Order: sequence, then C-alpha cells, then structure tokens
Amino acid sequence: MKLTWSDVTPEAAYLSRRAFIAAGIAAVATPALGLGGKPSAFSTDEKPNSLQEITNYNNFYEFGTGKTDPAQNSGSLKTSPWSVQIDGLVDRPGSYGVEDLVPEAALEERIYRLRCVEAWSMVIPWLGVPLSGVLDKAGVQSGAKFVAFETLHDPEQMPGQRSRIIDWPYREGLRLDEAMHPLTILATGLYGRVLPNQNGAPIRLVVPWKYGFKSIKSIVRITLTDKQPPTSWQMLQPSEYGFYANVNPQVDHPRWSQATERRIGSGLFGGRQDTLMFNGYGEQVAGLYTGMDLAKNY
Amino acid sequence: MVQHLNGWLRRLPVWTVWLLGLIPLALLVWDTLQGNLGVDPVRDIEHRLGRTAIYFLLATLAVTPLLRLTRLNMMRFRQALGLICFTYALCHLAAWVVFDMAFLWAQMLKDVAKRPYLIFGMLAFVMLLALAVTSNRASIRRMGARWRQLHRLIYPAAILGALHWLWALKVWESRPVVVFCGILLLLLLRLRLITAAVRR
Repeated sequence: MKLTWSDVTPEAAYLSRRAFIAAGIAAVATPALGLGGKPSAFSTDEKPNSLQEITNYNNFYEFGTGKTDPAQNSGSLKTSPWSVQIDGLVDRPGSYGVEDLVPEAALEERIYRLRCVEAWSMVIPWLGVPLSGVLDKAGVQSGAKFVAFETLHDPEQMPGQRSRIIDWPYREGLRLDEAMHPLTILATGLYGRVLPNQNGAPIRLVVPWKYGFKSIKSIVRITLTDKQPPTSWQMLQPSEYGFYANVNPQVDHPRWSQATERRIGSGLFGGRQDTLMFNGYGEQVAGLYTGMDLAKNY
Repeated sequence: MVQHLNGWLRRLPVWTVWLLGLIPLALLVWDTLQGNLGVDPVRDIEHRLGRTAIYFLLATLAVTPLLRLTRLNMMRFRQALGLICFTYALCHLAAWVVFDMAFLWAQMLKDVAKRPYLIFGMLAFVMLLALAVTSNRASIRRMGARWRQLHRLIYPAAILGALHWLWALKVWESRPVVVFCGILLLLLLRLRLITAAVRR
C-alpha cells in the first residue's frame, strides 16, 4: 500500500492552515515533517489551495504524464542525502547540501500564485529562501549572465524517465537578473512541512511570474554561465515554449489561449478568471523586461 | 463457432448495446456525485467523455472489417454504436462549453477559429452530427445512394477526432497514439484489396 501525504495528516488539519500553524500543531503532529517560515510581504492574501490539491495535481513527467502519477510514483525518490552541484562562473564551486543552501532558520513562507502553461492555476504556500542569497554564497563571478538548472536523472528513482518523451535530464534556466530577483526562491517545503516528493523534493525553484514549467524540481545542479542555456520545453518545441515563458495573457500558446485560467479547486461551476500579466507580479518584475518585445521573447 | 455466435447475436436486442454503452456515462455521473474525480473534476469529466466517444467510434468502424474477416455479424448494432459515440461526443462538447469555458462565447469562438486541435475536434463533431441526424431508416430511403456517400464521413471524423486528442497534449502519450494507429488500421482494412489478401 502506498501512503500519500494526505494519509499522514487528517484533512481537518490542513484545511485550516493558518489555525494549524498558529496553534503550533505542526511540530507536534508530524515532528519529522514540520517546518516553519517567517511571513513575507511578497505573499498573496488569496486563499491557498488545499494540501490535497497541491499534492495530487502535478506536472512532473519524471514520474509520469498523468496529473496523479507523481503522487503515485514518486515514493521511489530518495531525497536524503541530497546534494546540489554548483559550478560554472562561481568563486566557490562544489557540492552543497540542501541544509547548507536553505537552512531551516532562514525559511520564509511565500504564498504565491502558480500559473501553469496549460491554463490552470493554484495558490501555494511555499517555504523557501531567495535564490539570490544562495548564489551569493557560491560567489557569482562578474562574467556570469545566466543560471542553468538540472533535475536529477535516474530512471531507477524516476520511472517516467524510462520513456524518452523529454531529452532528460530536465533543464531550466533564468537570466541572472531574474535569478537574483527577490521573488525568485528555492523552496524546500510547503504548507509548514518538508516538500512532498511529487512537488519537487528536496529542493526546487519557484518563479511565480513565469509559467510553472520554469520552476524546475528536484534540482541537482546549478551552473552559472555567460550563455543562454538550453531549456527542456524549448528544446522539445521551440515554437511553443520560449526561454522566458513569462505569464502573458496577450501572447497565446500556439495551440490554446492564455487569456484566462481555471483556478483548481473552484468546483464544477467555478468558471474561468482573467490571467494577469506576469501572473499579477508585474509591479515587481515588469522592469526586468523594459524595451523587450514579449511577443517575440515569449 | 462464429455461426453459433451470430445466432446468439441475432437474438440479442439492440437496446442491450445502448444499456452497455451508457455504463461509462453512469459511472462518470456516479464518480462526479461521489467526489471520486480528484482535484480537477472538470478536466476528468471532459477527458473521460472524449475518450469514450472515440472508443465507440473505433467500435463502429470495426463492425464491417469484423464481418469481412471473421464473418462475425454485428451489423445490427452498428447504428446504436455510432449513436452512442455521438452521445459521448455531444456530452464532451457540452462539458467543454459549460464547465471548462463557462460560456465564454467570445473566447470559445476565437479559439475554435484559431486552434488546429479545436478546429479538428469541432469538424469531427459536425460530421458526427450529420451522421447522427441521418441515421434513421427514413433518411436512408430518402437519400438513396447519397446516404452511403454521406456516411463515409465517419472516416475523416475518426482521423480528425484522434488528431484532436493527440494535438491537445504537450508530448506524445501512448493511449492516443494507440487509438490513432487503431483507426488507421481499421481504415486500411476497409480497402477491399487488403481484406481480400488477408482472407486468402
């Protein structure tokens, strides 16, 4: 029998997350999983999706293409010990432990909207730290212009990698200024607990103004480089997925509209809501793209 | 053996096929009401209806090759199979309009005009609609030879339906690929030359 995270926690406990954390039950009920984070001004006050929704509706093709495949198949992923290789144009290259990069004491709670390129969305209470601080630890050299990320490649642990739908390992990248932006975080938890495997354990990227596929999961390598790195979806279908992949209601996916989205958890008659430019984070990030033609740099 | 089966099939009333054909719909309604559909019921409803429609399209297409190759006679049930396929296609479209797009007519029209996978799906649906409304005896009598011509639309409808499925996905998934190959195989079998060769 496979246990999921929803088996660990009674439904009532995660439905009232705020009460849950305020009461400090997290540490008592699930001592091994409990994590805390400082509140952040970047958090939205929109209502987060339930843990059940966040952990049973995932695109993580390393464990299968179905939305529930990651929850079912990610038990085989061994997340400890885990290290992240940081290399390229850095002063202190090497292999870093997750706890070195994202110390528990530094965790912040960031409640972010997540907009998938498939035109659905969620609100997720992540626990993480700004990527900028992590990169500073490694010492970014002046020639670096981009950051490349790689997911673990191990078909033994990631059975979805046995089918060659993507040229594994999964790769993503950011421009250095995007990576250093305070909204960009490396997350190791959500909902006051350690990141479930299906959500990209033990350490993943979260870039809330870009489509979800940019927020690469289960990272084993971070490389600072002076060239724009190839990224998985762009490699697979360059006419449909660009390097930037900023949420943009005016630039449609060639095969479907990006003007509106369905919020997961809104029920059968929840309808659609307008998609916001930069997923609603335009005030903070629009400046990164001044003068750029976002229809060309999609 | 086949003769025995055919004798049995002759006695089977057509409504039993309808009854069996509506089981997937009943299960879907049950799962919806019971909350068994998971995190995104809209997507599940839409996809299950679409998949079932195309499975029944395959079954409809299989009737003639089955008769030619094995002498198994399911002709009496072909109309019902086709109409069940249409029923699911109609429900699939309705689920898209009501649940997925929430009656955003402007966006729907723009999307259908612009997106190949929606154009394919909609074309397939219009073809199935034409077949469904002329699937009665009165139409067969009235239309004569033109009825046969019209009902060849099932072939492009099947191809377009399968392309609609394949094209809606981000990567090549196995189920729609298998269905697409199945449709191609069934179409090949309709070329009399090939059936003749296989039988020989």
